[in-house]
Amino acid sequence: MTETPVATPARDAEAIEAAWHSVQVARHPQRPRMLDLVPLIFEDFMELHGDRAFGDDPAIVGGPALLDGRAVMLVGHQKGTDTDSNIRRNFGSPHPEGFRKAQRLMQLADKLGMPIITFLDTAGAFPGPAAEERGQAEAIASSVKLMTGLQVPIVVIVLGEGGSGGALAIGVGDVVLALENAVYSVISPEGASSILWRSRDEARTAAAAMRMTAADQVDLGIVDEVIAEPGEGAHTDPAATARTIAGALRTTLRALAARDTTDLLATRYARLRGMGAFLETGASGARAPEAPSLRHRIGRILRLQGVPRRPRWSDVWPSGDDDETEGGA
Amino acid sequence: MPIKFPFSRRAGPSDAWTKCPRCEAQVFNRQLERNLRLCPSCGHHFRMSAGERIDMLVDPGSFEERDHGLEALDPLGFVDDRPYPDRLEAARIKTGLRDALVWGIGRIEHQRVALAIFDFRFMGGSMGSVVGEKLARCFEAALIERIPAIVVSASGGARMQEGTLSLMQLAKTTAPLVRLDHAGVPFIAVLTDPTTGGVLASFASVGDVVLAEPGALIGFAGARVASDTVGEELPEGFQTAEFLLAHGLVDAVVPRGELRATLGRLLRLLPVPAADDSPSAAGEHARGPIGTLSTLAERLGGAVSESIGIDVDPGVPPARDNGDGASRGSVTSGRERRP
Repeated sequence: MTETPVATPARDAEAIEAAWHSVQVARHPQRPRMLDLVPLIFEDFMELHGDRAFGDDPAIVGGPALLDGRAVMLVGHQKGTDTDSNIRRNFGSPHPEGFRKAQRLMQLADKLGMPIITFLDTAGAFPGPAAEERGQAEAIASSVKLMTGLQVPIVVIVLGEGGSGGALAIGVGDVVLALENAVYSVISPEGASSILWRSRDEARTAAAAMRMTAADQVDLGIVDEVIAEPGEGAHTDPAATARTIAGALRTTLRALAARDTTDLLATRYARLRGMGAFLETGASGARAPEAPSLRHRIGRILRLQGVPRRPRWSDVWPSGDDDETEGGA
Repeated sequence: MPIKFPFSRRAGPSDAWTKCPRCEAQVFNRQLERNLRLCPSCGHHFRMSAGERIDMLVDPGSFEERDHGLEALDPLGFVDDRPYPDRLEAARIKTGLRDALVWGIGRIEHQRVALAIFDFRFMGGSMGSVVGEKLARCFEAALIERIPAIVVSASGGARMQEGTLSLMQLAKTTAPLVRLDHAGVPFIAVLTDPTTGGVLASFASVGDVVLAEPGALIGFAGARVASDTVGEELPEGFQTAEFLLAHGLVDAVVPRGELRATLGRLLRLLPVPAADDSPSAAGEHARGPIGTLSTLAERLGGAVSESIGIDVDPGVPPARDNGDGASRGSVTSGRERRP
């Protein structure tokens, strides 16, 4: 898609207030977690554990469940509900073994033809040294890669925080739904603030600038549909939230079940392939420079320094000062 | 006073000195350029521009750039201390590039490859919509032409100024790799200093072979974030190429001087199978309604399905001979079925 969504001035005070409100609600300590909602939506659910290689990561949970008597596979982040459980679940930030457990469960679903439903609620993948040693980036990458090719329908629901790669690792789907106050971003607003604004105090501005609310994500084409929350937010009425989610799931799964596998995979590929906004100008490929013939010949004869022996791409794109300040996330 | 050659190749920076960050030697810039940007005294690998990387890797004159014209937009209307379009313009002027990635078709030791190269000077090599699109096109070209894909990464990660659209490039650049797997086309990732964040957490980590340059910073999260998170000192050499090698995350650490020869060797060791011998030809129907038996049945020319009384996937005519000739049709249609 080369179409650009209409840009709005991100610094607008109202937008900042709205974005920050969403971030606060999405992070609300009483916000219903995956394991709170699952018994309210599904008839049965059995949690399966372990990645079969290193350990079991409590920050990601999953297993088979029944929805209207039909088997589905659930995978999702799980934050704690109090200090103790949050410590045990590492505040919902997975280690590599969590993503590898998710892969294992999704492969099982693929094998048995079960639709997959994932629940996103993480500040991000855990950035500690142990996670790096065990290949955090590889675990995320292979999980994303796996999901792009699974031959069963995948429905993604952003429950709370959709935090960057740790969220996307289980967030590649045919349909992506988001609760009204959920947020989705490439980096936490605090992280963006400290890198781009070089200050810890601009998180609110960053939240608005990144357009991370569910409604903004619909405009950007990343979320397909917003699921309304009751009252002041999902934490005020988890049962009602679960009912709305169940309704949206039924509708979505029914639509996806009608597609055959070829169509499903082609549509998923096209969806991912269309992500992004860019301009295709008619400029043709840059050509390696022709050596100026006079200079070239004279230089060769006189053996002058600095005369290129042949055209070089480094003359087109030479090196220069590095820019350390604008790195990505 | 020396006589100045009137067509001096370049004024300015190349006449300056650079201090080596490792051994602190003062290195003449022109000397660096002639030495693959390696420190002459300690061998430190300085970063390279995309142009220098192409010169050092491909056979002279063989590189043809593709999709030169793609330009970034500002889908979010993003402003931090200056608007995103201003940052883009500054980076374009500074580097002569349109965005942080150049891709094209070239030859390495006479072998055609689809080659994509990051340039860290362009906004820290960050991956936004243009970089993601170019990578996807690079992989798709490799798929269509059945030539290996090579990506040389140098990137801080996903480009924050394009928000979640940048995050989605992780999926966009990884999805074509599944197709390369099915088609039997290799993908080699070369990680150079630095490769972090969203770039490492997508295509760069899942190469069929992953190489890294010595001393390169390679990691998921920033080292400072990691140390703050656990509140302790990080192990020696944390997030270097050598650290990843020790933890089984890369295949080899290759000094820059050997990189071209190593890639040439790998390309000969991992040849692209002819279209009909690709793994998908054998495994394509493994996912039929009766599972792997359908493949077995096909391989045995239908004998199995008859003898054990099962039907192979009705959409696919079973092979009637020994896997050559007539069976090709079903194999080809099968590949098209599985994207």
